[in-house]
Amino acid sequence: MLSIKNLNVKYDNIRVVHDVSLNIENGELIALIGANGAGKSTILKTLSGLIRPESGHIFFEGKEITKLPSHEIVEKGIIHVPEGRQIFAKMTIEENLKLGAYQQKDKNLIKEKMELAFDLFPILKQRIRQLAGTLSGGEQQMLAIGRALQGNPKLLLLDEPSMGLSPLMTQQVFDVLTKLKDSGITMLLVEQNAYDALEISDRTYILETGRIIMEGKSSKLIEDPKVKEAYLGGD
Amino acid sequence: MMDALTYFLSQFVNGVKLGSVYAMVAIGYSMVYGILRLINFAHGDIMTVGVYTILVLTTAFGMPLWVTVIISVIIAVFVGLSAERFAYRPLRSAGEETTLVSSLAVSIFLQNLLVMIFSPQRKAFLLSEQLTELHSFGTIRLSTMNIITFITVIIVLLILSHMIKNTRIGMAMRACSDNMNAAKLMGINITSVIVTAFIIGSALAALSGLMLAGEYKTIDPLMGFVPGLKAFCAAVLGGIGSLSGAVLGGFVLGIAEMLFAGLMPTEFTAYRDAFVFALLILVLLIRPNGILGTKDGGRS
Repeated sequence: MLSIKNLNVKYDNIRVVHDVSLNIENGELIALIGANGAGKSTILKTLSGLIRPESGHIFFEGKEITKLPSHEIVEKGIIHVPEGRQIFAKMTIEENLKLGAYQQKDKNLIKEKMELAFDLFPILKQRIRQLAGTLSGGEQQMLAIGRALQGNPKLLLLDEPSMGLSPLMTQQVFDVLTKLKDSGITMLLVEQNAYDALEISDRTYILETGRIIMEGKSSKLIEDPKVKEAYLGGD
Repeated sequence: MMDALTYFLSQFVNGVKLGSVYAMVAIGYSMVYGILRLINFAHGDIMTVGVYTILVLTTAFGMPLWVTVIISVIIAVFVGLSAERFAYRPLRSAGEETTLVSSLAVSIFLQNLLVMIFSPQRKAFLLSEQLTELHSFGTIRLSTMNIITFITVIIVLLILSHMIKNTRIGMAMRACSDNMNAAKLMGINITSVIVTAFIIGSALAALSGLMLAGEYKTIDPLMGFVPGLKAFCAAVLGGIGSLSGAVLGGFVLGIAEMLFAGLMPTEFTAYRDAFVFALLILVLLIRPNGILGTKDGGRS
């Protein structure tokens, strides 16, 4: 579905992504883990057209999307849930969700997706007229995911959805991701929370200072002694 | 006593007249600022371009005013979009200070271009008798143009507020103003949103140019800069990014300026511009986000 070939990305004139290649098959949940500053977010930003790569190619459903502007990438069905949620704080929950459906034309589909968001996150329905900035961190994350679903994603890019959340809230968010996976949405999940990411995903890529140093089935990696030591806090 | 009251009232009305012109310019300023966080110094000069277009078309070609207004709006939009395309868009990723400096450059460029074409000399700008005809309301006297200006400001405010609140492009504008990156991720083509803001802003600049020139009765190539600055003050005063704030700020500034000019001893009237800017500083010390401003300067 998505394939990244030899991607190099510079950020503030420093190369932060080195020769990264990555493949995602239809229906997979892929985790991309690594320490802070490893280049995970940069890869996602490049995928959604917020940053231009120095070199390399990105293909989605067989077509090159490397140089497309963000709004055309969204049109293809790649939706990015950014780091730090980036909800529209001064707009209502409802407006945030409507903005998620900005490119959707089919009224029934729009309605259906809004219902989906309310089913997954009932709190959003209760607070529909409230300004998004008044939500708690966890609720904002729910809104950010709910908003992304309005765009009818084929591939969902999730940047650190557990960041700053309580363990309970993190669990809720990961439960929702499992549900979304079951509903057939392909996902690329970037996480610092390596254990949860390995648990939930089919395959995992490990990024270190901008290079992919390991990849494989998550169920294998989670048992790998080196991975255990470096990313799962030893033992 | 009656005389003093009448005098005060007439100064107040003069303030409303001036204020509606400031309000009109300030709305245009605010449209662009709200989205790009760009203080477009060239806004006032786009206004001047509009005025000269009207002058040339009426005097040299004898066109009726309404036709020249339409053409001046088109030319102003063309100039505004060119500035956006060639002076601001290439710098969009470079930060707000850079585009700010670039807008000053565009301003100076337009002023000098107008000086080259039309000479720095002042020119008379006279509206037709129909527009300058005075109507009496008790002791207040207003020209047709004053009434048209005031009504236009209110209508423009209502239409734009409705657009920003209820339409798809309006929601996209608010989204861009709130968080540009997130707006991109929603699939909003931010370039087309920015272009829309410049079209509206420049068209309003042309209209406010006509209003300003009608009030001053003379025009010169540098005439737009100071009213542009004052309109920016008005927008800041009211709460920048907020359209109703811009209009409120425009009226507050216009009224304050005329009351100052009218009520202070004549030796102080030369300082009315200084007074306007002092007022801005004072208001911002008390309410840093302006009268209607929200905490981080968003639209309301």
